[in-house]
Amino acid sequence: MIRNLAILGAAVATLAVSAGVQALPPPKVDDTLIASDSLPKTLGNYGFFLDRAANDPAPGVVPYRLNMPLFSDGADKHRFVYVPDGQEIAIGDQGLLEFPVGSALIKTFAFGEGGGQRKIETRVLLHRADGWVALPYVWNEEQTEATLALAGKRVPVTTPWGEEISYRVPNKNQCKECHGLEGAVTPIGPKTRNLSTAWLQSFLGTVPEGADTMPRWEDRAAADRTAAARAYLDVNCAHCHRPGSTASNSGLDLRWETDDPHAIGINKRPVAAGRGSGGLQFDIVPGDPEASILVYRMGSGEPGVAMPELGKATVDEEGVALVERWIAGL
Amino acid sequence: MIRTLMAATALATLASPAFAETISVAPGDGAQERLQEALILAEPGDEIVLAAGRFDLTDGLSLDVDGVTVRGAGMHASVLDFSGQRGAGESLLVTSDGVTLRNFGMENPKGDGIKSKGADDIVYQGVRVTWTNGPAATNGAYGLYPVESTGILIDGCEVSGASDAGIYVGQSSKITVRNSTARANVAGIEIENSRQAIVERNFVTENTGGILVFDLPGLPVKNGGEVLVRNNLVANNTTPNFAPEGNIVASVRRGTGIMVMANDTVWVGQNMLYDNPTAPIMVIAYPLAFEDPEYNPYPREISIDHNQVDEGGTDPQFEGAEMLLAAFGGALPPVMWDGLEDPEMTTLMVHPDLAGWSVNLPEQGAGIESARPGPLDVGAIGQPISIEGWGAPDELEARLK
Repeated sequence: MIRNLAILGAAVATLAVSAGVQALPPPKVDDTLIASDSLPKTLGNYGFFLDRAANDPAPGVVPYRLNMPLFSDGADKHRFVYVPDGQEIAIGDQGLLEFPVGSALIKTFAFGEGGGQRKIETRVLLHRADGWVALPYVWNEEQTEATLALAGKRVPVTTPWGEEISYRVPNKNQCKECHGLEGAVTPIGPKTRNLSTAWLQSFLGTVPEGADTMPRWEDRAAADRTAAARAYLDVNCAHCHRPGSTASNSGLDLRWETDDPHAIGINKRPVAAGRGSGGLQFDIVPGDPEASILVYRMGSGEPGVAMPELGKATVDEEGVALVERWIAGL
Repeated sequence: MIRTLMAATALATLASPAFAETISVAPGDGAQERLQEALILAEPGDEIVLAAGRFDLTDGLSLDVDGVTVRGAGMHASVLDFSGQRGAGESLLVTSDGVTLRNFGMENPKGDGIKSKGADDIVYQGVRVTWTNGPAATNGAYGLYPVESTGILIDGCEVSGASDAGIYVGQSSKITVRNSTARANVAGIEIENSRQAIVERNFVTENTGGILVFDLPGLPVKNGGEVLVRNNLVANNTTPNFAPEGNIVASVRRGTGIMVMANDTVWVGQNMLYDNPTAPIMVIAYPLAFEDPEYNPYPREISIDHNQVDEGGTDPQFEGAEMLLAAFGGALPPVMWDGLEDPEMTTLMVHPDLAGWSVNLPEQGAGIESARPGPLDVGAIGQPISIEGWGAPDELEARLK
């Protein structure tokens, strides 16, 4: 068990930033609301941020980033974690940080550069006494408030490469399609292997073994091709394609730690791919990305074919290239 | 009692209800959000009632609350129209237990129609899934798709146009598929890697293959078997195969009636089989290479009881069909076996009234070119098997209306 040492430091820093801001209620994170069984109507209700635009985190709300992020149509993501004062964090299976009851993970999805950046949605994972709850909030045009959108929403956005897409904010159940494991909602991203040594040192006060082993997305060109591709597949696919999760019946297990070649798709026939097979025989054909169903489905934007099934309106060309490079070298 | 879906009141708190409520959802503006919100905010025991009319939907719906009923005004009256679907792999995903789906239709899902995964004790009654353009490789794979579940009752449903299987039950147990119509799919009804299934009184027609009982290697749930296929009308399954390559059903020959591949203990009896011109009844081993050490590719304990069958394979889709037809006098006998067996098990028993033939393949994985065709020489069916515990549990039957 590790004390959450970063709380105090983060609190001092954020207070300094917000010194000139006039009373914006509530002044601190609303622990009662996180713990309650309610579905708060706006993001502002929680008090995670000191400003209405959700740029300045409140005391105890700590930003973090992942080495290898999930692709979400090119959205820029702002991630924060909140752990109640004095609570402890454990390291769970495969280095997943186990946040105590009362914690929250907050992730904002935004498009556009610099000052012109527009927030689309903020997803909140709340750790309540009876488990984690996932809730999506959609930002208003004025960028002053994000409102609960249980049923999800479609929003027109322009991707960083200039493509006009209909961006899908997931509904509450769809949150669970990715975050569900053995029927319960769970965080996916914050595993020590996908977090930087420096952040872990500052946040936990220690760096667990196996931390920071996934290559950073921006370093992918120089990274080991297997490590880069397997990290990408773990982060983008393995929340469903693993035992106990949404796509378990496929028998495909794309987790970072899986070493059975058949389970990660090598010479594996599809089970229920339908037209997702693209007329191809195997998930991965070593040395032949074009004959691999995995690449075909990653490269498609068409519902019923496209993988991932959710959170994707456009193809991650650079991600596909990463996986192609790996398969070509197998 | 009707609970109005006023967002403000509904969102204020999620207190437990004193008793079940009825939530009505009508077609029209915002149907996607209103219906999805109802599915999310429902509580165990609630009924979500789809008004008559056409719901234009753009994204997959999902239900994750136990014990909820979703019912419409009829399979042609309340229609979930996914012609404009833009995302998600299935049109309705159910992940909770004790759910009842009744009396509504779904059209043109982009992927699968209704998938229920890890959803025990589910009833599908009077539900229709249709791809309105007829057979096409661009249609979604499965119409009704329960998987990894215990307790499944499908009654009075109708699926047509699926590019894989109309009604597909996978990796599940305690299953009944009854009184349903599967038309113009690649596979009409498919039971795969499942146990204790009863498939009865269905009308299975105009598919590539009618009823498939498959056991495949490499899946999380293995060793399918204990399947009863009785009293079905399996006719005119002559649609050319339109499944995308790579899927196991893409290898099903046009004109297959009832097909058993691998599996342990399957009883096929009292069916009427007409115009299934490759093989009215086919029993074969898994034909492909596999690595799964726990997998048995051979059929075991397959009983073919009396079935009402026409002359048999009059237009078989095999290489060398003409020679075969000439050798057998114009039609292949109704029961076809590939001749492969687990040497330690009884493979096949056939009622003496039914003629058959064996492809006599030399080994598992061999192609049809190595066939040494001959008459079927297997034992007669033995004692009736016990089907105690097979089929959907009584509690599901009690939910039928």
